[in-house]
Amino acid sequence: MAEKAKKNPRVAMPEQDPQVRARNFLEVPTGYTPKMAQEEAARCLQCKKPACVAGCPVEVDIPGFIDLISQGDITAAIRNLWTKNALPAVCGRVCPQEIQCEGKCIVGKKGEPVAIGNLERFCADYERENGTGELPPKAEATGKKVAVVGSGPSGLTVAGDLILKGHDVTILEAFHKPGGVLVYGIPEFRLPKDIVAQEVNFLERLGVKLECNAVVGRTVSLDELFEEGYDAIYVGVGAGLPRFMNLPGENLVGILSANEYLTRANLMKAYKFPEVDTPIPMGKNVVVLGAGNVAMDAARTAMRLGAENVRVVYRRSREEMPARQAEIHHAEEEGIEMYLLTNPTQYLGNEKGRLTGMECLKMELGEPDDSGRRRPVPIEGSEFHLECDLCIVAVGSGANPLLTSETPDMKLNQWGYVMTEEHSGKTTKKGVWAGGDIVTGAATVILAMGAGREAANSIHDYLTLGW
Amino acid sequence: MFKIVRREEMAEGTVILNEIEAPAIAKKALPGQFVILKAGEDGERIPLTMAYTDKDNGTITIIYMVVGKSTELFKELQVGDSFTDVIGPLGKATHLEKLGKVICVGGGTGVAVLHPITRAMKEIGNDVTCIIGARTKDLLILEEQMTEASHDLRVCTDDGSYGHHGFVTDVMKEVLEQGDVKQVVAIGPVPMMKAVSNITKEFNVPTLVSLNPIMVDGTGMCGGCRVSVAGETKFACVDGPEFDGHQVDYDELMLRLQAYLEDEKKCHNDYCTIRDAQ
Ligand SMILES: Cc1cc2nc3c(=O)[nH]c(=O)nc-3n(C[C@H](O)[C@H](O)[C@H](O)COP(=O)(O)OP(=O)(O)OC[C@H]3O[C@@H](n4cnc5c(N)ncnc54)[C@H](O)[C@@H]3O)c2cc1C
Ligand code: SF4
Ligand code: FES
Repeated sequence: MAEKAKKNPRVAMPEQDPQVRARNFLEVPTGYTPKMAQEEAARCLQCKKPACVAGCPVEVDIPGFIDLISQGDITAAIRNLWTKNALPAVCGRVCPQEIQCEGKCIVGKKGEPVAIGNLERFCADYERENGTGELPPKAEATGKKVAVVGSGPSGLTVAGDLILKGHDVTILEAFHKPGGVLVYGIPEFRLPKDIVAQEVNFLERLGVKLECNAVVGRTVSLDELFEEGYDAIYVGVGAGLPRFMNLPGENLVGILSANEYLTRANLMKAYKFPEVDTPIPMGKNVVVLGAGNVAMDAARTAMRLGAENVRVVYRRSREEMPARQAEIHHAEEEGIEMYLLTNPTQYLGNEKGRLTGMECLKMELGEPDDSGRRRPVPIEGSEFHLECDLCIVAVGSGANPLLTSETPDMKLNQWGYVMTEEHSGKTTKKGVWAGGDIVTGAATVILAMGAGREAANSIHDYLTLGW
Repeated sequence: MFKIVRREEMAEGTVILNEIEAPAIAKKALPGQFVILKAGEDGERIPLTMAYTDKDNGTITIIYMVVGKSTELFKELQVGDSFTDVIGPLGKATHLEKLGKVICVGGGTGVAVLHPITRAMKEIGNDVTCIIGARTKDLLILEEQMTEASHDLRVCTDDGSYGHHGFVTDVMKEVLEQGDVKQVVAIGPVPMMKAVSNITKEFNVPTLVSLNPIMVDGTGMCGGCRVSVAGETKFACVDGPEFDGHQVDYDELMLRLQAYLEDEKKCHNDYCTIRDAQ
């Protein structure tokens, strides 16, 4: 088997050269050709009890769609995928496959697992470029109205499922463009915005109505939506509250939350400034605090905007970095340096109130903490200065209270996230469901979509059978 | 799309008034709240506090000074043209209470923001003295409306071309010295709000200011609008825009407002050069 794996390596997806791509915003991996896809699909052992499926939060029929690729029937393969996953072009690109489907793949025990994500992406891209664009059949109209608050992956899933079941669906989005984190957070070079726009357009063609610039909790409340005649509401507003480090000097000019930095770059397209009107700070020496996907995205964006050096500062070690391995690998290839076991202690600025550097402490790993991870402890006297003119804080996000604080009858947990019933997404407020990051805290696209699907089923039951 | 139904130029064309169709926002807006506007697909999101709202006609009115490329673009919009996006109402509404004697101080386009608050203060039964100022007579806005909205209007110009020759703070001090002032509301350029707050602190009079830091979303999602109030970081878009004037770190706010000054200047100049060439 080991022999076989070596002889039969995974078909690598072609990528832009690191030197070149580190300075442009085009997508990094360029996609499989049909021939590559078929070759990769042939590596799948078609297990009777597929471990990969158990690793996928929405239980995509992985051997099934891969078998269809082997047979060369991409149209059937994408239809198979759609039964479980409404956004395969997105998931194929951004799912943490190494800890989900691919992490469980048997072929991976002795060699490289089947490239499930790459194949998923291939099917979706192939359909988008070559498909007929034919719409799936819709159930007869029920006359029931559903409002979906937030147009991230969770809200889009709910809207797509319920429109097909015959309900009248309207998405209300606070920003001027739909897509949630898929448009304002994840950069173009990892997820082209055209793909998200096409997914949304597909929903609109199915009849989903889209109202942007609608800040629910301000422009309109949940109760007012019910008064307007909605029968059910889904709340998928994400975890949009940036965390800061609370260190001295944090309000100096040149320190931005990753949310602000990425929103300027992605949603407002500030990387094209002054061609577009929104500016973004151009750092020469950039520090990114944190080591998740968000931190990698911020670091790689800064590099593309012309930074001389970009350093990721993280207080734990490489093993604990929460970002996807592929993203860490890509970042390092592009010249981003990892300052691990390093903890920032304060920001330094000049008389104009601008950031000039930070003070950090070196850490070492001590005893394991509650989470079982070895706790980083400071090394005494190890203070050092890091020169920087831009610092992006990517140390996580919390629950944004804008909507929830205006909705007292919807119960929250101690961190401000919405409490829901397991497997249905029902909140404590009648007629209201919630899911995605506003329930779980910042998680993943596929989990947000999974929650959306469960809630859509529960909403459908409610609209046809009752609460 | 949000159509402009009325447009006026004030202060020699440096200040523009737009009345905009936005029924959902007009229905809910309260004094002190703001909206974010964007013109064009690639436009910038600009926060502006509403000067009037008309529930019956479903319109909101903004009054802004032309200072950079984005406001130049806004200025070009004529009656019948539309803003691509208008988002709101955002921020907390002014806390209004019947207190007795109140002073409302406004400078520059801050007067526009001050107007609905002044009127509401009067309507709930306060005795309102209003002090407004501008660099020179021709730059003064809303004198008539402010006269109506208050019991006693005082006007100041820096160059003495109209009203009191000097700053609004001089006149405010005189009124404070007469005693019994329960609250001051100050809205205008940051240095003005800072100067007002320094004086009212001496007189121990609670003071409300409305802050205008750089914003992106206006919903508490980016933290770009952070201000220090009583040593704590606040997000002006959701915790404000109004704060206790005695607790605001104005110096930090002034520095933060200059974050993109160079970029904006270049962008504005490029834009004007191209426009004028055409
Ligand atoms: C930079 C970045 C990179 C990431 N990378 C990955 C990755 O590689 N893989 C992965 O699986 N996950 C990744 N994630 C996480 C993933 O994007 C989220 O878990 C997922 O998007 C959550 O989906 P959601 O639908 O719950 O919320 P969101 O995508 O956050 O969407 C919520 C939407 O609701 C809107 N909204 C908020 N409040 C209101 C309101 N009051 N009224 C109306 N609308 C409102 C918001 O504007 C937003 O559009 C990343 C996240 C970020 C920020
Ligand atoms: S959705 Fe994600 S986890 Fe599921 S098969 Fe696709 S890539 Fe794997
Ligand atoms: S403007 Fe983004 S948090 Fe206030």
